Amino acid sequence: MRKMLAAVSRVLSGVAQKPASRVLVASRNFANDATFEIKKCDLHRLEEGPPVTTVLTREDGLRYYRMMQTVRRMELKADQLYKQKIIRGFCHLCDGQEACCVGLEAGINPTDHLITAYRAHGFTFTRGLSVREILAELTGRRGGCAKGKGGSMHMYAKNFYGGNGIVGAQVPLGAGIALACKYNGKDEVCLTLYGDGAANQGQIFEAYNMAALWKLPCVFICENNRYGMGTSVERAAASTDYYKRGDFIPGLRVDGMDILCVREATRFAAAYCRSGKGPILMELQTYRYHGHSMSDPGVSYRTREEIQEVRSKSDPIMLLKDRMVNSNLASVEELKEIDVEVRKEIEDAAQFATADPEPPLEELGYHIYSSDPPFEVRGANQWIKFKSIS
Amino acid sequence: MAAVSGLMRRPLEQVSGLLRRRFHRTASAALQVTVREAINQGMDEELERDEKVFLLGEEVAQYDGAYKVSRGLWKKYGDKRIIDTPISEMGFAGIAVGAAMAGLRPICEFMTFNFSMQAIDQVINSAAKTYYMSGGHQPVPIVFRGPNGASAGVAAQHSQCFAAWYGHCPGLKVVSPWNSEDAKGLIKSAIRDDNPVVVLENELMYGVPFEFPSEAQSKDFLIPIGKAKIERQGTHITVVAHSRPVGHCLEAATVLSKEGIECEVINMRSIRPMDIETIEASVMKTNHLITVEGGWPQFGVGAEVCARIMEGPAFNFLDAPAVRVTGADVPMPYAKILEDNSIPQVKDIIFAIKKTLNI
Repeated sequence: MRKMLAAVSRVLSGVAQKPASRVLVASRNFANDATFEIKKCDLHRLEEGPPVTTVLTREDGLRYYRMMQTVRRMELKADQLYKQKIIRGFCHLCDGQEACCVGLEAGINPTDHLITAYRAHGFTFTRGLSVREILAELTGRRGGCAKGKGGSMHMYAKNFYGGNGIVGAQVPLGAGIALACKYNGKDEVCLTLYGDGAANQGQIFEAYNMAALWKLPCVFICENNRYGMGTSVERAAASTDYYKRGDFIPGLRVDGMDILCVREATRFAAAYCRSGKGPILMELQTYRYHGHSMSDPGVSYRTREEIQEVRSKSDPIMLLKDRMVNSNLASVEELKEIDVEVRKEIEDAAQFATADPEPPLEELGYHIYSSDPPFEVRGANQWIKFKSIS
Repeated sequence: MAAVSGLMRRPLEQVSGLLRRRFHRTASAALQVTVREAINQGMDEELERDEKVFLLGEEVAQYDGAYKVSRGLWKKYGDKRIIDTPISEMGFAGIAVGAAMAGLRPICEFMTFNFSMQAIDQVINSAAKTYYMSGGHQPVPIVFRGPNGASAGVAAQHSQCFAAWYGHCPGLKVVSPWNSEDAKGLIKSAIRDDNPVVVLENELMYGVPFEFPSEAQSKDFLIPIGKAKIERQGTHITVVAHSRPVGHCLEAATVLSKEGIECEVINMRSIRPMDIETIEASVMKTNHLITVEGGWPQFGVGAEVCARIMEGPAFNFLDAPAVRVTGADVPMPYAKILEDNSIPQVKDIIFAIKKTLNI
């Protein structure tokens, strides 16, 4: 079922399909799967954690590799477009954190729900939107997933609730989505993400309390990339054990640079919630290569050496690649081919995002209200009126 | 109280509108319903009609509501549909918005709108703006309701009117019922609306009984959001108000009528969208306008009405500048004499009307 869904999602994301014959030729020389050891998670109020070994199939590995590479290149392309001033305003990139968005998606079903903050391009992709729609939204064009109305921080997809600009506000929202899951009785869970900076927001503790009280199927996930903007975790939090901050909520600390670790932990956490035990908290220890946003060079509060060290030792794409090549799940050439395909996909998407026209001015007033008859919206003065349709 | 509830559940409601009107003329159904009962009825009917509707807030369930507005609902619908929350406005408002995003239809009660300030980010940034920001992808069918504005002796932190604050924001709908009919029709419309609707009730009105017209007894009785009602026809001056002050305006109109001054009293019912057309048509008839509200004067509802009148066709029909009657520009004091003089009284309305008419 998952394979079928993966195939469908590939089609939907516009990825070029390999001709069947080449796939057959390729798989004859490779192992079908391999078992890997993964780091044990630190546990809080849990007797047992996720398994310390996991099986990766060749097919899954190739898919994860492609997805992570796509997110990586998409973010780097956004960097480029921003510097060319084709993207404006806020642009928060997640390169370095690919194992989080891809690993989380690998651990849940498309019918589960996910909400995050503003570093959301990766999740927008893994939740099913195309690079085209994402880049076109960043460039503010009519082909963008929010028709150019939202920009970087306000992208939505099925069972993906953005993209939220107010730090921490998405956490009660996620608990509310989890409430709906429980209310509807469909065994779905909601992954509710926030960063190490947001972790100190009071409303998150309000959400913890209600989620635990009402046993909501909410997986709280702290994506700890060590810096809240320019403030390191040590300078922001009296306790940096984010996986314990849920107090009465069990927690686990996960290596967020290892996609397999993230996947297993997510499966574990989702299963916990689905069993009706209530919420659980996951801390993903990860790292962002870029600064907080495009206006932050990212080196005034951390050293270039630190960034370089993470890149050379813990890069998530490199880690997966090494594993796959060393266990004969894939060849270097094959992965290079994927790189080439991904680059082309990103290039095409960037072309589209640059060439697509801006939304028509007449639509400025659209989408104020849902399901309402058309009405008029006031413009900059009383004589300028825009039509509003739902 | 029990007798009234019994009356409300009579099979008479099920009869078609046409028949009902005939009954109304022959046997006058002079049913008295308080604003509290009306809101309760409205919520009850909508909870029954649609499984996705649920109510959450502080003390809404086992306490029957801090002001008893949700009395009986928990007993009838249980824990799943009527949820008592901890004292966490920002948290539970966010939870309610999230639930709405995921397809449920929550009614989020703020014990008073003063406490909504704790959660105002969720109301504005998570609820109001989302449909627009998402390019029409993500609707947020939520109702935020609770008592708004001045009460009696509750002092500054518990007496603020939020009509102007919420009315300011595109993406929200904001309604302000005055009587029982308003309360029931508007809460039902709000719940059925696919957009975030703020329902500004009034604590001092909860216990006030009004005659409930037979249409209002129907389970499908809805008052459209965005339409004002002319409560009293008049020819000399247009008096526009929302919420409790509507009653004061009608009182003023009764007094002035004895002096030969006929006021046209308009009950705004909706703050956003505002029905300026009804006000304009009235001003074009009466040539005079005053606005009356409980909130503070600066940047208030009255200020908006006046600005719009200036921009539209009615301006040329004004024989005098439009005038505002508002709460005093102070945080609400406690002592009775001070409090009484911090909200618009009937005498203040009469004075303003006479000034405007140059009498």
